[in-house]
Amino acid sequence: MQFMLLFSRQGKLRLQKWYVPLSDKEKKKITRELVQTVLARKPKMCSFLEWRDLKIVYKRYASLYFCCAIEDQDNELITLEIIHRYVELLDKYFGSVCELDIIFNFEKAYFILDEFLLGGEVQETSKKNVLKAIEQADLLQEDSKPRSTRLHSCVKS
Amino acid sequence: MVVPSLKLQDLIEEIRGAKTQAQEREVIQKECAHIRASFRDGDPVHRHRQLAKLLYVHMLGYPAHFGQMECLKLIASSRFTDKRVGYLGAMLLLDERHDAHLLITNSIKNDLSQGIQPVQGLALCTLSTMGSAEMCRDLAPEVEKLLLQPSPYVRKKAILTAVHMIRKVPELSSVFLPPCAQLLHERHHGILLGTITLITELCERSPAALRHFRKVQILRLLRILGRNHEESSETMNDLLAQVATNTDTSRNAGNAVLFETVLTIMDIRSAAGLRVLAVNILGRFLLNSDRNIRYVALTSLLRLVQSDHSAVQRHRPTVVECLRETDASLSRRALELSLALVNSSNVRAMMQELQAFLESCPPDLRADCASGILLAAERFAPTKRWHIDTILHVLTTAGTHVRDDAVANLTQLIGGAQELHAYSVRRLYNALAEDISQQPLVQVAAWCIGEYGDLLLAGNCEEIEPLQVDEEEVLALLEKVLQSHMSLPATRGYALTALMKLSTRLCGDNNRIRQVVSIYGSCLDVELQQRAVEYDTLFRKYDHMRAAILEKMPLVERDGPQADEEAKESKEAAQLSEAAPVPTEPQASQLLDLLDLLDGASGDVQHPPPLDPSPGGALIHLLDLPCVPPPPAPIPDLKVFEREGVQLNLSFIRPPENPALLLITVTATNFSEGDVTHFICQAAVPKAPLRLKLRLTYDHFHQSVQEIFEVNNLPVESWQ
Repeated sequence: MQFMLLFSRQGKLRLQKWYVPLSDKEKKKITRELVQTVLARKPKMCSFLEWRDLKIVYKRYASLYFCCAIEDQDNELITLEIIHRYVELLDKYFGSVCELDIIFNFEKAYFILDEFLLGGEVQETSKKNVLKAIEQADLLQEDSKPRSTRLHSCVKS
Repeated sequence: MVVPSLKLQDLIEEIRGAKTQAQEREVIQKECAHIRASFRDGDPVHRHRQLAKLLYVHMLGYPAHFGQMECLKLIASSRFTDKRVGYLGAMLLLDERHDAHLLITNSIKNDLSQGIQPVQGLALCTLSTMGSAEMCRDLAPEVEKLLLQPSPYVRKKAILTAVHMIRKVPELSSVFLPPCAQLLHERHHGILLGTITLITELCERSPAALRHFRKVQILRLLRILGRNHEESSETMNDLLAQVATNTDTSRNAGNAVLFETVLTIMDIRSAAGLRVLAVNILGRFLLNSDRNIRYVALTSLLRLVQSDHSAVQRHRPTVVECLRETDASLSRRALELSLALVNSSNVRAMMQELQAFLESCPPDLRADCASGILLAAERFAPTKRWHIDTILHVLTTAGTHVRDDAVANLTQLIGGAQELHAYSVRRLYNALAEDISQQPLVQVAAWCIGEYGDLLLAGNCEEIEPLQVDEEEVLALLEKVLQSHMSLPATRGYALTALMKLSTRLCGDNNRIRQVVSIYGSCLDVELQQRAVEYDTLFRKYDHMRAAILEKMPLVERDGPQADEEAKESKEAAQLSEAAPVPTEPQASQLLDLLDLLDGASGDVQHPPPLDPSPGGALIHLLDLPCVPPPPAPIPDLKVFEREGVQLNLSFIRPPENPALLLITVTATNFSEGDVTHFICQAAVPKAPLRLKLRLTYDHFHQSVQEIFEVNNLPVESWQ
């Protein structure tokens, strides 16, 4: 996979994961053009389109578009499965995920993605393992909070 | 004292609360100022929160480069929270182009070897996302060590990081090849998956690696292994057949596996039976209700149609059905595939379908469909008449979308089929009478009417209903084309010439034609004006030659467009030499003299491009070479010389089929009362910069005139 973009129906970017090195300017240009192209698609059209020399696989979940760019030899149907699996992971983590969850917790969305894909390839097929890894990392993050804040929250409760 | 800063979520709320773009900008700029100050103060406690906020506004499109160094600091911190955000920032803000990116190499190295798994995970993730070639070289040893560590969590990440490293630095293959054998024996799915990806990557890059991995039974790997390797392919045949038949396709995942099987079969040297199986799987996909599946089926069948033509032919009806898809990307694929499936036995049926499609297809597919149909018609036409009908249908349905040479092709086709002249001219006349807007059709029709006008008026033709056309109607139609604002200049040229030809084909007197011709003698379009003036001259001074010049075109056998052009040109050249002397002398072989005109500034000796200085040479127009539509942006004409009524004009054309070529026509006109005799015009063109040196000699008013001058002010458009 070369990159994955998440954007809303108004074209606002919610997540951008790039697996190829590109300048900021290029990324912005690609994002702008691709978002326009995908948003222009009618609802009944198929999930694949050819854009520049890449294959684009996209799917809409509620108000969010999940859009991946894959290479010529990659399997489009598998990419659809990958997108679906990512949505399932988000859903499990946030509990009935909606766009707002991803907006307010965008770092978490990235962390989850990074446990599922690495360098553009699938690293873990088991949903359980991915979520377990995130849980562990979250715990570690809790532990590393400075003592004063933790005490403070204890006193409050 | 540190001012308490906004929490990330609070900032997000505030930004979303902004009602206008300007308001949002204000909020963000204010916050960025705080963040900048905080970075400057070096506050370690809130740094991660500041960076997180910065990353959020970065996603909205605002600049965040001042956070780059903060990423480094956070990564170097010992707190996991800091590292998490720091690495995320590195992946989003740092890339190969910034020198700063190398600075994290050390931190990554430390984190890789310090043993806390989540931290190692972060480091590996970052390395595999944005690691540059130098970073990869530096850190290869660390990653290699992690490949054989006990923890599967770290190992699977290390493996995929190795994949990235090999992609960046192919020489690292030698480092990561040896551990693979051991990794293949692992049970953990994540590790196996990563290993297979790694092996795939290794094998794609080096055939030597292939030797190690014969018996691995995973689909994607099979594809690489089997490529061009007979033995492995045989082993896989049975396996693939099994997978293909036993996969459950009730869910997309099953279809994805089946598709991968098909892709594998396509790539390796499979037995014929297996390939047929693949084609049939794709054929079944075509009937699937999910349009994504139909799409991949069409795309894959397109790849197979050349090598497994007969197998794909069996699914032709289904493919043709797909032409009716509402989704343009599907119908485009279906069109390409349908065109590839046309052969001599199904051409009539297929053409019917394709022509029906042409009538209703989306505009961006029209051009491809039209040229596809024309091409297929040329290859497989069962009869000439069918061929003409087909082209005619395409011209009437999608006339504006056909390629430029369609006109030339059709006129040649018709010209060469004598038995169909009457039929063609009739059909074209009817089509033209209905609609004069489709330019290619109008051009061909005009040409035909001009050539075979007599057959049109003769009234009898078995193949169409008898049609009574009288002369006045025909002339009126051509005049209508001439006057219509929809007609391109080239089209009007065709119409004018056709009218002229009719002067010898029709029985009535030619007053009407002469009138039109003389009117167009003052037309603003130079090309048309020139023709009209020449035709007028034909009427007035050379009437005895008119019939010979306007004779019917000789039949040309269609052995290829090039041969035909040459044949025509040689015939025209022959007829040219019969033309009476016009008041200029044609430019003889005076090339050597021309070189004198070059002032030697351009060192090498160049022959000037062919020019046409004498109006006499322009008789070629009368004999009607297939007219190429003029280039889209006409270059303005240039008057370069005037003396006592003798004027020289330059006009410029770039032929559309060869835009690198610039054709300059020099037109000499004598407005004065006295005759100009012994007119000689010579030109030299030094290559660069583009300019023209002209020498004129002539007799005028009983004086010998010699003029030498340079044209420097050629219009800008002629330079490119």
